[in-house]
Amino acid sequence: MDAVTKVLEMGGYAMWVWPAYGAVAVGLIGLLLITLRSLKAREREFAAVRRNRPPAPGDAA
Amino acid sequence: MHRFANPTTFMRIANAVFPWAAGLAVVLFLAGLPIALVTSPPDYQQGDTVRLFYIHVPSAWISLLVYGSMAVSSAAFLIWRHPMANVSARAIAPMGATFTGLALITGMLWGQPMWGTFWVWDARLTSFLLLFFLYLGYIALADAFEDPERGDKAAAILAVVGSVNLPIIHFSVEWWNTLHQPSIVKMGGFTVDGSILLPLFLMLGAFTCYTVAVWVLRLRAELLAVKLRNARMSEVSLSRMPAE
Repeated sequence: MDAVTKVLEMGGYAMWVWPAYGAVAVGLIGLLLITLRSLKAREREFAAVRRNRPPAPGDAA
Repeated sequence: MHRFANPTTFMRIANAVFPWAAGLAVVLFLAGLPIALVTSPPDYQQGDTVRLFYIHVPSAWISLLVYGSMAVSSAAFLIWRHPMANVSARAIAPMGATFTGLALITGMLWGQPMWGTFWVWDARLTSFLLLFFLYLGYIALADAFEDPERGDKAAAILAVVGSVNLPIIHFSVEWWNTLHQPSIVKMGGFTVDGSILLPLFLMLGAFTCYTVAVWVLRLRAELLAVKLRNARMSEVSLSRMPAE
């Protein structure tokens, strides 16, 4: 238990180290989620557009 | 180089790289984080705040790398009109803004305990803040015009002109007096101990692989946006045609 507390305390600098790691985690995971959401939304939109009209020669690329 | 301007070739390579980059990013984060946070020793002067080094430096490194890639892509778009170069720059810009923001935040959280202040208006910090605004400017300009081509061109010009800031950021710690510590890479080796280099390199690798993987996903999304725009434009022009 002492080892865990030691890591959490960060030698007295916990209030600087942990928020910084938290910010990076939020930034990286957030960016990934936003990217995946917009990719899925556009894939759905594109599929809908394709259903509504005959395929054009450029669509395959 | 022009071979890569073909979207099909470009995406074939990007899609082949994706699983490796994504897998490697996960492995490197899993290997690097426990060393960065737990097993690596505290610095003799900075104590455990040295652990901020392992996220601050990679964030700053990716910010500069991404800007370099965005500026080169934008130049290729302006000179050769390669649409893929523009798609690439548009896809990566928000990533650069995110990493620049993270470098600033982690730097401020490191500055307060070590320097006694969150912020100083010295050359390194100010030029890095300018980098953040360049990214925001690029993102805002790219979508600011009704005619997307005008927005693309204006944003690309800003990206190329803004690249003058990159050497300023790099050399700012040598040219001017600053609280910021100088580069750890010097001619003939590193200025820090191996126990600091291992977690640093693992995290640098993790951040770089993450960036490549997410960039490929963003490229796919950006290409679909272009296709959707083209599809809508052809629909509009079809609907305007007189009925036969």
